[in-house]
Amino acid sequence: MAAGFLERERIIAPPGWSRWLIPPAALSIHLAIGQAYAWSVFKSPLEAGLGISGVASALPFTLGIIMLGVSAALFGTKVDANGPRWAMVVASTCFVSGFLISALGMYFSQYWLVVLGYGFVGGIGLGIGYISPVSTLIKWFPDRPGLATGIAIMGFGGGALIASPLTSQLLSAFGGSGKTPNVHGIALTFLVMGLIYAVFMSVGWLLIRVPPENWKPAGWDPSQARQGTLISRGNVSALNAIKTPQFWLLWVVLCFNVTAGIGILERANPIFIDFFSGTSPATTIAAAAVGFVSILSLANSLGRILWSSLSDYLGRKNMYRIYLGVGALLYLAVTLVTNTNRVVFLICAIFILSFYGAGFATAPAYLRDLFGTYQVGAIHGRLLTAWSTAGVLGPLIVNAIADERIAAGVQGPGRYTPAFMIMIGLLIIGFICNELIRPVNEKWHEPSAETASTAGANA
Amino acid sequence: MSTAENATVEAGPEWGPLQWAGAVLAWLWVLVPLGYGLYQLLIKIPALFG
Repeated sequence: MAAGFLERERIIAPPGWSRWLIPPAALSIHLAIGQAYAWSVFKSPLEAGLGISGVASALPFTLGIIMLGVSAALFGTKVDANGPRWAMVVASTCFVSGFLISALGMYFSQYWLVVLGYGFVGGIGLGIGYISPVSTLIKWFPDRPGLATGIAIMGFGGGALIASPLTSQLLSAFGGSGKTPNVHGIALTFLVMGLIYAVFMSVGWLLIRVPPENWKPAGWDPSQARQGTLISRGNVSALNAIKTPQFWLLWVVLCFNVTAGIGILERANPIFIDFFSGTSPATTIAAAAVGFVSILSLANSLGRILWSSLSDYLGRKNMYRIYLGVGALLYLAVTLVTNTNRVVFLICAIFILSFYGAGFATAPAYLRDLFGTYQVGAIHGRLLTAWSTAGVLGPLIVNAIADERIAAGVQGPGRYTPAFMIMIGLLIIGFICNELIRPVNEKWHEPSAETASTAGANA
Repeated sequence: MSTAENATVEAGPEWGPLQWAGAVLAWLWVLVPLGYGLYQLLIKIPALFG
Protein backbone atom coordinates (compact mmCIF):
# COMPACT_ATOMS: atom_id res chain seq x y z
CA MET A 1 0.00 0.00 0.00
CA ALA A 2 1.48 3.32 -1.07
CA ALA A 3 -0.18 5.13 1.83
CA GLY A 4 1.34 2.73 4.33
CA PHE A 5 4.79 3.28 2.89
CA LEU A 6 4.49 7.02 3.44
CA GLU A 7 3.02 6.78 6.93
CA ARG A 8 5.00 8.07 9.87
CA GLU A 9 4.66 4.74 11.72
CA ARG A 10 6.67 3.04 8.97
CA ILE A 11 9.70 5.25 9.54
CA ILE A 12 10.05 5.18 13.32
CA ALA A 13 13.71 4.29 13.80
CA PRO A 14 14.36 0.78 15.11
CA PRO A 15 16.67 0.34 18.12
CA GLY A 16 20.27 0.95 17.15
CA TRP A 17 19.49 3.30 14.26
CA SER A 18 22.23 5.94 14.05
CA ARG A 19 21.13 9.54 13.95
CA TRP A 20 24.13 10.22 11.69
CA LEU A 21 22.15 8.59 8.87
CA ILE A 22 19.66 11.47 8.95
CA PRO A 23 21.98 14.19 7.58
CA PRO A 24 22.69 12.29 4.31
CA ALA A 25 18.92 11.76 3.91
CA ALA A 26 18.35 15.50 4.39
CA LEU A 27 21.26 16.36 2.10
CA SER A 28 19.85 14.16 -0.68
CA ILE A 29 16.88 16.49 -0.79
CA HIS A 30 18.60 19.81 -0.14
CA LEU A 31 21.53 19.26 -2.52
CA ALA A 32 18.95 18.57 -5.24
CA ILE A 33 16.56 21.46 -4.67
CA GLY A 34 19.53 23.82 -4.20
CA GLN A 35 19.76 23.59 -8.00
CA ALA A 36 17.43 26.60 -8.01
CA TYR A 37 20.42 28.87 -7.28
CA ALA A 38 22.01 27.67 -10.54
CA TRP A 39 19.06 28.74 -12.71
CA SER A 40 21.19 31.51 -14.25
CA VAL A 41 23.04 28.86 -16.30
CA PHE A 42 19.82 28.30 -18.27
CA LYS A 43 19.21 32.01 -18.86
CA SER A 44 21.50 32.70 -21.84
CA PRO A 45 20.54 29.53 -23.77
CA LEU A 46 16.84 30.26 -23.21
CA GLU A 47 17.20 33.88 -24.32
CA ALA A 48 19.19 32.94 -27.44
CA GLY A 49 17.18 29.82 -28.26
CA LEU A 50 13.69 31.27 -27.84
CA GLY A 51 14.45 34.96 -28.45
CA ILE A 52 13.10 36.05 -25.05
CA SER A 53 14.22 38.93 -22.82
CA GLY A 54 16.31 38.73 -19.67
CA VAL A 55 13.25 39.55 -17.58
CA ALA A 56 11.30 36.70 -19.19
CA SER A 57 14.13 34.20 -18.74
CA ALA A 58 14.22 35.05 -15.00
CA LEU A 59 10.49 34.30 -14.58
CA PRO A 60 10.77 30.56 -13.76
CA PHE A 61 13.32 31.30 -11.02
CA THR A 62 11.37 34.23 -9.57
CA LEU A 63 8.13 32.25 -9.54
CA GLY A 64 10.00 29.28 -8.04
CA ILE A 65 11.28 31.36 -5.10
CA ILE A 66 7.82 32.87 -4.55
CA MET A 67 6.26 29.38 -4.60
CA LEU A 68 8.96 28.19 -2.19
CA GLY A 69 7.76 30.62 0.46
CA VAL A 70 4.06 30.17 -0.32
CA SER A 71 4.13 26.36 -0.32
CA ALA A 72 6.33 26.16 2.79
CA ALA A 73 3.81 28.39 4.58
CA LEU A 74 0.73 26.56 3.25
CA PHE A 75 1.95 23.00 3.65
CA GLY A 76 4.11 23.40 6.76
CA THR A 77 1.45 22.03 9.10
CA LYS A 78 0.77 19.11 6.75
CA VAL A 79 4.49 18.32 6.61
CA ASP A 80 4.60 18.22 10.42
CA ALA A 81 1.47 16.06 10.56
CA ASN A 82 2.33 13.58 7.79
CA GLY A 83 6.03 13.20 8.50
CA PRO A 84 9.23 13.67 6.53
CA ARG A 85 8.93 10.70 4.14
CA TRP A 86 5.60 11.93 2.83
CA ALA A 87 7.04 15.43 2.48
CA MET A 88 10.16 14.21 0.71
CA VAL A 89 8.17 12.09 -1.76
CA VAL A 90 5.84 15.02 -2.55
CA ALA A 91 8.82 17.39 -2.86
CA SER A 92 10.70 14.98 -5.14
CA THR A 93 7.63 14.44 -7.31
CA CYS A 94 6.98 18.17 -7.74
CA PHE A 95 10.63 19.12 -8.24
CA VAL A 96 11.27 16.38 -10.82
CA SER A 97 7.93 17.05 -12.55
CA GLY A 98 9.04 20.67 -12.91
CA PHE A 99 12.01 19.54 -14.99
CA LEU A 100 9.96 17.09 -17.05
CA ILE A 101 7.28 19.69 -17.83
CA SER A 102 10.03 22.16 -18.74
CA ALA A 103 11.57 19.57 -21.08
CA LEU A 104 8.21 19.17 -22.77
CA GLY A 105 7.84 22.94 -23.00
CA MET A 106 11.23 23.33 -24.65
CA TYR A 107 10.59 20.43 -27.02
CA PHE A 108 7.46 22.18 -28.32
CA SER A 109 8.99 25.69 -27.91
CA GLN A 110 6.24 26.60 -25.44
CA TYR A 111 8.01 28.76 -22.90
CA TRP A 112 4.95 29.14 -20.69
CA LEU A 113 5.29 25.44 -19.88
CA VAL A 114 8.80 26.11 -18.52
CA VAL A 115 7.44 28.89 -16.31
CA LEU A 116 4.58 26.68 -15.15
CA GLY A 117 6.72 23.56 -14.73
CA TYR A 118 9.94 24.84 -13.22
CA GLY A 119 8.46 27.90 -11.51
CA PHE A 120 5.08 26.78 -10.22
CA VAL A 121 5.21 22.97 -9.88
CA GLY A 122 8.95 22.83 -9.17
CA GLY A 123 8.60 25.76 -6.75
CA ILE A 124 6.12 23.76 -4.66
CA GLY A 125 8.77 21.03 -4.51
CA LEU A 126 11.31 23.60 -3.34
CA GLY A 127 9.13 24.77 -0.46
CA ILE A 128 8.07 21.35 0.80
CA GLY A 129 11.55 19.91 0.24
CA TYR A 130 13.21 22.76 2.10
CA ILE A 131 11.25 22.23 5.31
CA SER A 132 10.87 18.43 5.01
CA PRO A 133 13.90 17.37 7.08
CA VAL A 134 14.18 20.37 9.43
CA SER A 135 11.99 19.34 12.35
CA THR A 136 13.22 15.73 12.09
CA LEU A 137 16.83 16.90 12.34
CA ILE A 138 16.04 19.12 15.31
CA LYS A 139 14.47 16.17 17.11
CA TRP A 140 17.39 13.82 16.35
CA PHE A 141 19.90 16.46 17.47
CA PRO A 142 18.33 18.22 20.47
CA ASP A 143 21.85 18.77 21.81
CA ARG A 144 23.13 20.38 18.58
CA PRO A 145 20.20 21.80 16.59
CA GLY A 146 22.31 24.52 14.98
CA LEU A 147 24.78 21.98 13.60
CA ALA A 148 22.01 19.67 12.37
CA THR A 149 20.01 22.28 10.49
CA GLY A 150 23.25 23.89 9.32
CA ILE A 151 24.25 20.65 7.57
CA ALA A 152 20.94 20.39 5.71
CA ILE A 153 20.66 24.04 4.80
CA MET A 154 24.30 24.10 3.72
CA GLY A 155 23.12 21.47 1.24
CA PHE A 156 20.71 23.95 -0.29
CA GLY A 157 23.62 26.35 -0.82
CA GLY A 158 25.81 23.52 -2.08
CA GLY A 159 23.20 22.35 -4.57
CA ALA A 160 24.13 25.14 -6.96
CA LEU A 161 27.79 24.12 -6.81
CA ILE A 162 26.79 20.75 -8.27
CA ALA A 163 24.06 21.94 -10.62
CA SER A 164 26.02 24.78 -12.18
CA PRO A 165 28.82 22.74 -13.82
CA LEU A 166 26.45 19.80 -14.43
CA THR A 167 23.99 22.02 -16.34
CA SER A 168 26.78 23.64 -18.36
CA GLN A 169 28.22 20.29 -19.33
CA LEU A 170 24.82 18.83 -20.30
CA LEU A 171 23.87 21.90 -22.34
CA SER A 172 27.20 21.72 -24.12
CA ALA A 173 26.87 17.97 -24.77
CA PHE A 174 23.34 18.32 -26.22
CA GLY A 175 24.07 21.45 -28.30
CA GLY A 176 22.00 23.64 -26.01
CA SER A 177 24.66 26.30 -25.47
CA GLY A 178 26.60 28.79 -27.59
CA LYS A 179 25.33 31.63 -29.76
CA THR A 180 22.68 29.52 -31.52
CA PRO A 181 21.57 26.92 -28.99
CA ASN A 182 19.35 24.05 -30.10
CA VAL A 183 16.11 24.20 -28.10
CA HIS A 184 15.83 20.41 -28.27
CA GLY A 185 19.26 20.31 -26.61
CA ILE A 186 17.90 22.48 -23.78
CA ALA A 187 14.87 20.16 -23.58
CA LEU A 188 17.16 17.13 -23.28
CA THR A 189 19.13 18.88 -20.52
CA PHE A 190 15.92 19.45 -18.54
CA LEU A 191 14.90 15.82 -19.10
CA VAL A 192 18.23 14.31 -18.03
CA MET A 193 18.50 16.58 -15.00
CA GLY A 194 14.99 15.59 -13.95
CA LEU A 195 15.90 11.92 -14.15
CA ILE A 196 19.19 12.41 -12.27
CA TYR A 197 17.40 14.26 -9.46
CA ALA A 198 14.65 11.61 -9.29
CA VAL A 199 17.29 8.96 -8.53
CA PHE A 200 19.38 11.20 -6.28
CA MET A 201 16.45 12.33 -4.11
CA SER A 202 15.12 8.80 -3.65
CA VAL A 203 17.84 8.10 -1.07
CA GLY A 204 16.36 10.89 1.04
CA TRP A 205 12.89 9.39 1.39
CA LEU A 206 14.21 5.83 1.64
CA LEU A 207 16.68 6.64 4.43
CA ILE A 208 14.75 9.15 6.54
CA ARG A 209 13.62 7.96 9.98
CA VAL A 210 11.94 9.69 12.91
CA PRO A 211 13.15 9.08 16.48
CA PRO A 212 11.00 6.93 18.78
CA GLU A 213 8.96 8.77 21.38
CA ASN A 214 11.03 9.95 24.36
CA TRP A 215 14.29 9.27 22.50
CA LYS A 216 17.30 11.32 23.49
CA PRO A 217 21.02 11.08 22.75
CA ALA A 218 23.01 8.99 25.19
CA GLY A 219 24.45 11.06 28.00
CA TRP A 220 22.33 14.08 27.15
CA ASP A 221 20.09 15.34 29.88
CA PRO A 222 17.55 17.95 28.80
CA SER A 223 17.54 19.46 32.29
CA GLN A 224 21.33 19.91 32.07
CA ALA A 225 21.22 21.30 28.55
CA ARG A 226 22.34 24.84 27.77
CA GLN A 227 19.88 27.23 29.30
CA GLY A 228 19.21 30.58 27.77
CA THR A 229 16.77 33.33 28.55
CA LEU A 230 15.10 32.78 25.19
CA ILE A 231 14.94 28.99 25.28
CA SER A 232 11.36 27.97 25.82
CA ARG A 233 10.30 25.13 28.09
CA GLY A 234 6.89 25.07 26.47
CA ASN A 235 5.61 24.40 22.97
CA VAL A 236 3.70 26.80 20.77
CA SER A 237 1.49 25.75 17.86
CA ALA A 238 2.04 27.22 14.39
CA LEU A 239 -1.34 28.92 14.58
CA ASN A 240 -0.42 30.68 17.81
CA ALA A 241 3.19 31.37 16.84
CA ILE A 242 2.16 33.81 14.12
CA LYS A 243 0.15 35.73 16.72
CA THR A 244 3.28 36.47 18.76
CA PRO A 245 5.54 39.53 18.23
CA GLN A 246 8.56 37.20 18.39
CA PHE A 247 7.56 35.51 15.13
CA TRP A 248 7.19 38.81 13.25
CA LEU A 249 10.36 40.30 14.71
CA LEU A 250 12.26 37.24 13.52
CA TRP A 251 10.45 37.54 10.16
CA VAL A 252 11.85 41.08 9.74
CA VAL A 253 15.30 39.93 10.91
CA LEU A 254 15.41 37.14 8.32
CA CYS A 255 13.87 39.26 5.56
CA PHE A 256 16.37 42.11 5.92
CA ASN A 257 19.36 39.81 6.45
CA VAL A 258 18.47 38.00 3.21
CA THR A 259 17.77 41.26 1.36
CA ALA A 260 21.24 42.55 2.30
CA GLY A 261 22.93 39.33 1.11
CA ILE A 262 21.01 39.17 -2.15
CA GLY A 263 22.08 42.79 -2.76
CA ILE A 264 25.58 41.54 -3.52
CA LEU A 265 24.84 37.96 -4.59
CA GLU A 266 22.35 38.73 -7.35
CA ARG A 267 24.64 41.23 -9.09
CA ALA A 268 28.02 39.89 -7.99
CA ASN A 269 29.58 39.68 -11.44
CA PRO A 270 28.73 43.23 -12.64
CA ILE A 271 29.46 44.69 -9.19
CA PHE A 272 33.01 43.31 -9.30
CA ILE A 273 33.54 44.53 -12.88
CA ASP A 274 32.16 48.00 -12.08
CA PHE A 275 34.33 48.29 -8.98
CA PHE A 276 37.63 47.20 -10.56
CA SER A 277 37.27 47.74 -14.31
CA GLY A 278 39.98 50.41 -14.42
CA THR A 279 42.56 48.50 -12.41
CA SER A 280 43.44 45.62 -14.80
CA PRO A 281 42.87 44.58 -18.44
CA ALA A 282 39.22 43.80 -19.26
CA THR A 283 39.83 40.09 -19.86
CA THR A 284 41.59 39.71 -16.50
CA ILE A 285 38.75 41.50 -14.71
CA ALA A 286 36.14 39.33 -16.47
CA ALA A 287 37.92 36.14 -15.35
CA ALA A 288 38.37 37.55 -11.85
CA ALA A 289 34.65 38.36 -11.68
CA VAL A 290 33.86 34.67 -12.34
CA GLY A 291 36.22 33.78 -9.50
CA PHE A 292 34.48 36.36 -7.32
CA VAL A 293 31.06 34.78 -7.93
CA SER A 294 32.54 31.37 -7.10
CA ILE A 295 34.12 32.47 -3.85
CA LEU A 296 30.85 34.11 -2.79
CA SER A 297 29.00 30.82 -3.44
CA LEU A 298 31.53 29.05 -1.26
CA ALA A 299 31.13 31.65 1.51
CA ASN A 300 27.34 31.31 1.28
CA SER A 301 27.56 27.52 1.75
CA LEU A 302 30.23 27.39 4.41
CA GLY A 303 28.63 30.19 6.42
CA ARG A 304 25.53 28.03 6.78
CA ILE A 305 27.25 25.24 8.64
CA LEU A 306 30.04 27.14 10.42
CA TRP A 307 28.09 30.02 11.93
CA SER A 308 25.01 27.89 12.58
CA SER A 309 27.12 25.32 14.48
CA LEU A 310 28.67 28.13 16.51
CA SER A 311 25.15 29.24 17.48
CA ASP A 312 24.84 26.07 19.59
CA TYR A 313 27.51 27.56 21.87
CA LEU A 314 27.03 31.34 21.59
CA GLY A 315 23.23 31.36 21.41
CA ARG A 316 20.96 32.30 18.54
CA LYS A 317 20.37 35.92 19.51
CA ASN A 318 24.10 36.62 19.77
CA MET A 319 24.71 35.09 16.33
CA TYR A 320 22.10 37.34 14.73
CA ARG A 321 23.74 40.30 16.47
CA ILE A 322 26.89 39.35 14.58
CA TYR A 323 25.14 38.70 11.24
CA LEU A 324 23.28 42.03 11.35
CA GLY A 325 25.63 44.30 13.33
CA VAL A 326 28.93 43.18 11.81
CA GLY A 327 27.15 42.85 8.45
CA ALA A 328 26.18 46.53 8.58
CA LEU A 329 29.77 47.50 9.45
CA LEU A 330 31.09 45.41 6.55
CA TYR A 331 28.70 47.10 4.12
CA LEU A 332 29.88 50.44 5.51
CA ALA A 333 33.51 49.40 4.94
CA VAL A 334 32.73 48.45 1.30
CA THR A 335 31.01 51.80 0.80
CA LEU A 336 33.92 53.77 2.28
CA VAL A 337 36.87 51.77 0.92
CA THR A 338 35.22 51.33 -2.54
CA ASN A 339 37.84 50.07 -5.03
CA THR A 340 40.94 51.37 -3.29
CA ASN A 341 41.70 48.04 -1.62
CA ARG A 342 40.67 44.82 -3.33
CA VAL A 343 41.61 42.60 -0.35
CA VAL A 344 39.36 44.55 2.03
CA PHE A 345 36.56 44.45 -0.53
CA LEU A 346 36.92 40.67 -0.90
CA ILE A 347 37.05 40.00 2.84
CA CYS A 348 33.96 42.15 3.44
CA ALA A 349 32.01 40.50 0.59
CA ILE A 350 32.96 36.99 1.78
CA PHE A 351 31.78 37.70 5.34
CA ILE A 352 28.57 39.39 4.16
CA LEU A 353 27.69 36.32 2.08
CA SER A 354 28.63 33.92 4.88
CA PHE A 355 26.23 35.84 7.17
CA TYR A 356 23.55 35.69 4.48
CA GLY A 357 23.74 31.88 4.37
CA ALA A 358 24.03 31.63 8.14
CA GLY A 359 20.83 33.65 8.59
CA PHE A 360 18.91 30.85 6.85
CA ALA A 361 20.65 28.04 8.70
CA THR A 362 20.29 29.47 12.21
CA ALA A 363 16.60 30.37 11.84
CA PRO A 364 15.16 26.86 12.54
CA ALA A 365 17.16 26.53 15.76
CA TYR A 366 16.08 30.06 16.79
CA LEU A 367 12.46 29.01 16.21
CA ARG A 368 12.97 25.89 18.28
CA ASP A 369 14.39 27.99 21.12
CA LEU A 370 11.40 30.35 21.00
CA PHE A 371 8.50 28.02 20.18
CA GLY A 372 9.68 24.50 21.11
CA THR A 373 9.74 21.48 18.81
CA TYR A 374 5.99 20.80 18.65
CA GLN A 375 5.27 22.38 15.25
CA VAL A 376 8.66 23.90 14.44
CA GLY A 377 8.48 22.69 10.82
CA ALA A 378 5.18 24.47 10.21
CA ILE A 379 6.41 27.64 11.91
CA HIS A 380 9.59 27.51 9.83
CA GLY A 381 7.45 27.18 6.71
CA ARG A 382 5.57 30.35 7.58
CA LEU A 383 8.83 32.18 8.31
CA LEU A 384 10.12 31.40 4.82
CA THR A 385 7.66 33.92 3.36
CA ALA A 386 10.31 36.41 4.55
CA TRP A 387 12.69 34.81 2.03
CA SER A 388 10.19 35.20 -0.81
CA THR A 389 9.74 38.85 0.10
CA ALA A 390 13.49 39.42 0.27
CA GLY A 391 13.94 37.55 -3.02
CA VAL A 392 11.89 40.28 -4.69
CA LEU A 393 13.04 43.21 -2.50
CA GLY A 394 16.82 42.70 -2.68
CA PRO A 395 17.29 42.53 -6.47
CA LEU A 396 14.67 45.27 -6.91
CA ILE A 397 16.59 47.73 -4.70
CA VAL A 398 20.03 47.02 -6.14
CA ASN A 399 19.00 46.74 -9.81
CA ALA A 400 16.65 49.73 -9.82
CA ILE A 401 19.24 52.02 -8.21
CA ALA A 402 22.14 50.71 -10.31
CA ASP A 403 20.13 51.08 -13.56
CA GLU A 404 19.18 54.63 -12.64
CA ARG A 405 22.82 55.53 -11.78
CA ILE A 406 24.12 53.91 -14.97
CA ALA A 407 21.57 55.90 -17.00
CA ALA A 408 22.82 59.03 -15.23
CA GLY A 409 26.35 58.25 -16.40
CA VAL A 410 27.79 57.33 -12.98
CA GLN A 411 30.91 55.16 -13.23
CA GLY A 412 32.54 52.67 -10.83
CA PRO A 413 31.50 51.96 -7.22
CA GLY A 414 29.26 55.03 -7.17
CA ARG A 415 26.68 53.01 -9.06
CA TYR A 416 26.05 50.98 -5.89
CA THR A 417 26.68 53.43 -3.03
CA PRO A 418 23.00 54.40 -2.48
CA ALA A 419 21.91 50.74 -2.62
CA PHE A 420 24.57 49.75 -0.09
CA MET A 421 23.50 52.57 2.21
CA ILE A 422 19.92 51.22 2.08
CA MET A 423 21.28 47.75 2.95
CA ILE A 424 23.06 49.22 5.99
CA GLY A 425 19.76 50.80 7.08
CA LEU A 426 17.89 47.50 6.67
CA LEU A 427 20.54 45.62 8.66
CA ILE A 428 20.28 48.17 11.48
CA ILE A 429 16.48 47.77 11.53
CA GLY A 430 17.00 43.99 11.63
CA PHE A 431 19.49 44.38 14.48
CA ILE A 432 16.97 46.41 16.49
CA CYS A 433 14.24 43.82 15.85
CA ASN A 434 16.57 41.07 17.06
CA GLU A 435 17.22 43.06 20.25
CA LEU A 436 13.46 43.31 20.83
CA ILE A 437 12.97 39.53 20.80
CA ARG A 438 12.00 38.31 24.29
CA PRO A 439 10.83 34.90 25.55
CA VAL A 440 7.36 33.93 24.32
CA ASN A 441 4.58 34.60 26.80
CA GLU A 442 3.45 31.38 28.51
CA LYS A 443 -0.15 32.06 27.56
CA TRP A 444 0.75 30.81 24.04
CA HIS A 445 2.14 27.50 25.30
CA GLU A 446 0.20 24.35 24.49
CA PRO A 447 -1.13 22.26 27.38
CA SER A 448 1.76 19.92 28.20
CA ALA A 449 -0.35 16.74 27.99
CA GLU A 450 -1.36 17.51 24.43
CA THR A 451 2.13 18.22 23.08
CA ALA A 452 3.68 15.36 25.00
CA SER A 453 1.48 12.91 23.14
CA THR A 454 2.04 14.41 19.72
CA ALA A 455 5.44 16.10 19.73
CA GLY A 456 7.33 12.82 19.83
CA ALA A 457 5.28 11.43 17.01
CA ASN A 458 5.44 14.62 14.97
CA ALA A 459 9.17 14.38 14.42
CA MET B 1 28.85 7.34 13.73
CA SER B 2 28.73 5.22 16.80
CA THR B 3 25.42 3.62 17.55
CA ALA B 4 26.33 3.78 21.21
CA GLU B 5 25.83 7.53 20.98
CA ASN B 6 22.20 6.93 20.19
CA ALA B 7 21.16 5.14 23.31
CA THR B 8 17.44 5.11 22.85
CA VAL B 9 14.78 4.07 25.25
CA GLU B 10 16.07 0.58 24.69
CA ALA B 11 19.65 -0.13 23.68
CA GLY B 12 20.04 -1.27 20.08
CA PRO B 13 22.17 -4.04 18.65
CA GLU B 14 25.69 -3.28 17.48
CA TRP B 15 26.08 -2.61 13.77
CA GLY B 16 27.34 -5.36 11.50
CA PRO B 17 29.45 -4.85 8.36
CA LEU B 18 26.28 -4.52 6.24
CA GLN B 19 24.99 -1.57 8.26
CA TRP B 20 28.39 0.11 8.18
CA ALA B 21 28.64 -0.36 4.42
CA GLY B 22 25.18 1.15 4.02
CA ALA B 23 26.08 4.16 6.16
CA VAL B 24 29.33 4.76 4.24
CA LEU B 25 27.42 4.50 0.95
CA ALA B 26 24.79 6.97 2.17
CA TRP B 27 27.42 9.56 3.02
CA LEU B 28 29.34 8.94 -0.23
CA TRP B 29 26.04 9.41 -2.11
CA VAL B 30 25.94 13.05 -1.01
CA LEU B 31 29.62 13.83 -0.47
CA VAL B 32 30.89 12.72 -3.90
CA PRO B 33 28.61 15.11 -5.87
CA LEU B 34 29.34 17.85 -3.34
CA GLY B 35 33.08 17.24 -3.76
CA TYR B 36 32.67 17.45 -7.54
CA GLY B 37 30.86 20.78 -7.18
CA LEU B 38 33.46 22.12 -4.76
CA TYR B 39 36.30 21.11 -7.09
CA GLN B 40 34.62 22.83 -10.05
CA LEU B 41 34.26 25.93 -7.90
CA LEU B 42 37.77 25.98 -6.46
CA ILE B 43 39.47 25.81 -9.87
CA LYS B 44 37.80 29.12 -10.80
CA ILE B 45 38.95 31.02 -7.71
CA PRO B 46 42.65 31.52 -8.71
CA ALA B 47 41.46 33.80 -11.55
CA LEU B 48 40.33 36.21 -8.84
CA PHE B 49 43.95 36.80 -7.88
CA GLY B 50 45.40 36.49 -11.40
